[in-house]
Amino acid sequence: MAEKKSIVKEFTKGIVKENPVLRLVLGTCPTLAVTTSMESAIGMGLAASAVLVCSNIVISAMRKIIPQKVRIPAYIVIIAGFVSIVQMLVKAFLPQIDEMLGVYLPLIVVNCIILGRAEAYAGKNPVLLSAVDGLGMGIGFTCALLLMSGIRELLGAGTLYGFQVLPETIPPMTIFILAPGGFFVFGILIALANALAERSGKSKAQLKGCSACPMAATCSLTGSENACKEEEK
Amino acid sequence: MTEIKRKLVVSASPHFRSKSTTTGIMLDVIIAMVPALIAACVLFGLRSLALTAVSVASCVIFEYLSRKILKRSNTVGDLSAVVTGMLLAFNLPSTMPYWMVIIGAFTAIVIVKQLFGGIGQNFVNPALIGRIVLMSSFTTQIGDFRAPFAYKNAVDAVTSATPLSQINAAAAASDTAGYLDSADIPSLVQMFLGERAGCMGEVCIAALLLGFLYLVIRRVISPVIPLVYAGTVAVIMFAAGGGSVSFVLYQLMAGGLVLGAVFMATDYTTSPVSVKGKIIYALGCGIITSLIRLFGSLPEGVSFSIIIMNILVPHIEHLAAPKPFGTPKRKKGAEK
Repeated sequence: MAEKKSIVKEFTKGIVKENPVLRLVLGTCPTLAVTTSMESAIGMGLAASAVLVCSNIVISAMRKIIPQKVRIPAYIVIIAGFVSIVQMLVKAFLPQIDEMLGVYLPLIVVNCIILGRAEAYAGKNPVLLSAVDGLGMGIGFTCALLLMSGIRELLGAGTLYGFQVLPETIPPMTIFILAPGGFFVFGILIALANALAERSGKSKAQLKGCSACPMAATCSLTGSENACKEEEK
Repeated sequence: MTEIKRKLVVSASPHFRSKSTTTGIMLDVIIAMVPALIAACVLFGLRSLALTAVSVASCVIFEYLSRKILKRSNTVGDLSAVVTGMLLAFNLPSTMPYWMVIIGAFTAIVIVKQLFGGIGQNFVNPALIGRIVLMSSFTTQIGDFRAPFAYKNAVDAVTSATPLSQINAAAAASDTAGYLDSADIPSLVQMFLGERAGCMGEVCIAALLLGFLYLVIRRVISPVIPLVYAGTVAVIMFAAGGGSVSFVLYQLMAGGLVLGAVFMATDYTTSPVSVKGKIIYALGCGIITSLIRLFGSLPEGVSFSIIIMNILVPHIEHLAAPKPFGTPKRKKGAEK
């Protein structure tokens, strides 16, 4: 099974079919928090993608050394290491972005997308495939953040990436850059993504196995023989 | 033989049907709102009528389109969208730009009502969410209240403070009693007739009470929720105002309390079924409204209190579930 996975497919699945934010509903907290402006969304997306690719590579390379019982703490240590590196780099070279993201930058450590991919993919697959998977997922995350922040910034502030788009005579709908607006946009985008996926024949039922399961990171059955047997039937 | 056959109709229950229909109930609610609409036209000019028309029309169109797009049966005929449209307009000042009202109608009908499954499925009152979305989006426009009859002057009218925000400001300065006697605030009679600044539908208490009586006589709503709601606010305000009766009366007539208690807290979908549940629900509404008015940063808390209690309704129903007659007392810990 593992040999048959094509690199292209592993790359593209994270962008549309298994988009981490809109299809797997992972990483909800940073998604809602940083999508108030496109600038912070890009910063968050790129920082998380960098950590994701690096941690996927290292975890995949060490997957045979890490004991099964302590794999989660081991993954967290690896992820935390990369987050610290990214945080220091951002602080040094892009202090503006650091200020914008605030606490959400160090919180990438507990981002479910990264731990989820480590657990569901990198811990079982070879290095190259894991890197490609991480890249695809990272780009999917960034795209979803950009889409959401675009909508919220345009409606909530009348700007796109800081540039005035809507005429100033139209008062922007402030609610879109507040938390309730974030939930509105998030819910509607998830509904649209599900509707599109169902229309193209890839229904929810066809997304099977642990890699498609949003609970994969915390599920005690992940990877074991009787993991979600009912669904596989 | 044929005679007998015709007389003996075998059918499954229910055998007795009530004649009331959704359309009939909604029509009654619309009739009950007409006095308040007329009062709004008299007090704030014909723009109130135009604004209500825009709100109703956009609600109906959004209802029709969303049902069409979601491939569901057409429910425009049950008039519930008309009621939502009227209530939404009643909750806005008469100066609101038309396009903002259309956004409010979109939120109310498409997001709150149709995306959750249409009439009977919305978990909160659609018109109130429409108002709250507009309120948190366009703070300046929704606070743009005009003094009554200002439209008759050729000069551009200036924004006027609502009595409630005036009272609250005075209460914050702990000068309530002195303030109520001053000439800055409308008299109690003026308050009752609606001669004050405020949202279109909330100002004329007389018209709203007329609608309330009509709904109660027609048995469309039970008077429990409005009475307990207003009573709770009255008791809390009596205590907070140091026993001043006029303070209580101002609190009852100012803001959207009567409009909310009569027309919005009593919505079938979002209020409890049992009487016990209705009392708990209305108590909660009254307490939250009073707390927001007395201690909150916003002058008015009716819409938020009703929304919060709407969300709690399933739990209230659970608490107030009637015990079937003859069943043994449930012991503590009998349920796991």
